[in-house]
Amino acid sequence: MSNASTLSLRGRLIRLAGSGPIATLMLLLVALWVVFAIAIGDRFFSANTLQSMAFQMPELGILSLAMMLALLSGGLNLSIISTANLSGLTIAFLLTRYIPGSQGVAWVGVQVLAIAAGFAVAALVGLVNGFVIAYLGVSPILATLGTMTLCKGLAIGLTRGNVISGFPEPIVFIGNGTVFGVPFALIVLALCALPVALMLNATPFGAKVYMIGSNEKASRYSGVDTRAVLLKLLAGVAAVVMLARFNSANAAYGESYLLVTILAAVLGGVDPFGGFGKVGGLLLALIILQVISSAFNLLNLSQFLTLAIWGGILIAVAAVPHLGGKAPR
Amino acid sequence: MPESRFSPFGRFGRSHEFWLLTVILALCASLGVANAQFLTMQNLFDLLTSYAFVGILALGLLVVLIAGGIDISFTATASVAQYVTLSVANAYGANWISVFAFAIGIGGALGALNAIFIQKLRIPSIIVSVATLNIFYGLLIFFTGGKYIYSLPDWFATGVFWFEFEWGKDTSYGVNLQILALAVSFLVTWLLLNRTNIGRQIYAMGGNADAAQRLGFHIFGLNMLVYCYMGVMAGIASLVQAQLAQSVAPTVLVGKELDVVAAVVLGGASLMGGVGTVFGTFLGLALLAILQNGIILLGVSSYWSPFFVGLVILISVSATAWSQRERRTRGARA
Repeated sequence: MSNASTLSLRGRLIRLAGSGPIATLMLLLVALWVVFAIAIGDRFFSANTLQSMAFQMPELGILSLAMMLALLSGGLNLSIISTANLSGLTIAFLLTRYIPGSQGVAWVGVQVLAIAAGFAVAALVGLVNGFVIAYLGVSPILATLGTMTLCKGLAIGLTRGNVISGFPEPIVFIGNGTVFGVPFALIVLALCALPVALMLNATPFGAKVYMIGSNEKASRYSGVDTRAVLLKLLAGVAAVVMLARFNSANAAYGESYLLVTILAAVLGGVDPFGGFGKVGGLLLALIILQVISSAFNLLNLSQFLTLAIWGGILIAVAAVPHLGGKAPR
Repeated sequence: MPESRFSPFGRFGRSHEFWLLTVILALCASLGVANAQFLTMQNLFDLLTSYAFVGILALGLLVVLIAGGIDISFTATASVAQYVTLSVANAYGANWISVFAFAIGIGGALGALNAIFIQKLRIPSIIVSVATLNIFYGLLIFFTGGKYIYSLPDWFATGVFWFEFEWGKDTSYGVNLQILALAVSFLVTWLLLNRTNIGRQIYAMGGNADAAQRLGFHIFGLNMLVYCYMGVMAGIASLVQAQLAQSVAPTVLVGKELDVVAAVVLGGASLMGGVGTVFGTFLGLALLAILQNGIILLGVSSYWSPFFVGLVILISVSATAWSQRERRTRGARA
């Protein structure tokens, strides 16, 4: 390593970028803002653009948060999208079937019950995943592949592939309303991210999750009941996921999101083999993906080009730690 | 080799493949009783034809998994190879040899790109292949606009029909392009893994990459070979699929990655590397194919078929894990 004072600007940037995933992502985000500000101009910073970005981010955001938790514990959850669809359909079914015509106590009650039922379905799938993975010892990818197909099959079988729509106002508001200009869905994302971050960083449970992810055997020998932790975690994940789906219900909706959630989580510095990663990094990654997507939209470029660029960014960011001459972990 | 005297089938009786084979035979027997259509030559040929695409990809993925990596970009690789090859064939004319050479070349090149990213930039293969899936697919749709190709060269649309033979009264069967390609892929992959020095090196590298490197294995070369092999398989599979579908649809292949992963992993290959067999992959593929086929033949509504497939996957992986766990604890006590 050369002396710090003789480092070129490029060298310093590389060192800064290599000093951690969060620093890399910050740098990348700033660079993107500058590039798009030059390419697009004022339109990129208009309130409209910002608001549409804030509307589009939460769904992918909450799903990615769920994927991140699974990755942190050293697993992989392929069933999050189909779980979300199944619980979304449960809510939609209850709402369209039992909602009374006039507003009143029953009107509110049915909505609360429907949402509770949706959470219950998601938690149930999480419990099944957790039980099969933690107690039977099935590898997470196989177990969740099974539950993914199962949930999707159940959803398709029950609805025959149809869309259920026509929800009462408060439910629509969750997906489409704003509070002082801020989309309510973004607030929901924050309400999910904050407890997850707190749980991971400030509770013994969070510490256990990281430990299991980095070395499950060692954690078991040091007295952590790995099975119980995995079980709780996966049920919690499924419940979080459900939030992402309040205002749409179809069995096959959003399947292409599955690999994008992995992309977002890994871009955010989550180690795909578990044990490392922060909620802050994930949120930064989501903002970066959204900025690229919105900018390309304003530039009238295809959304498929956006996909390709997302892939390129992922490789570039993953390669950064090795450019500065840091030994691979 | 220490063989158990008490197990009727020796080592095989305790293997993952034995359990799978038992499940498959039981399924076949019950389906055969329930529906006379199931155990017919017609159904067998139909099954082989329709599962050739997934099967060929599964063989490529098997080699990658044994080498200790993973690749999920192969559906995008196949889409690119299919689109470019058949566009060129439409524009400039071609024959069987040249379309296959072209598709294999494109697949191999994209596989090599994966290997370079993984080895030279030292990025885990799961990250690289998630990224390249999006890159290949995104660029393909960006440049082609996602347009389907419906007009294929006549000789390609006709396909091949070899070794025709009569069975029963007035039905004739033959080996079509799909079955031929599937059989050749199985043979070549089996030879590569079991009868060559390189195959042993791939197992060794997947089992312990550090040890393999210290033994003097050419790790970069081996990885290059493995990911190129996956790409080549994707190229072959893409033509097989286009011939069956009689069209090129750039958007339909991406999203089928997990079917292929399911077949290989059900067949006993480990995501940790070093473990997996061609026979196991065949059984994993057979289980999925028979399940889906059987559910339709039993008259279950096609809306419900994914549900039962999911249920059987979940039950069979749980049962396998449970039986292995029992054995582990028994072994520990002994």
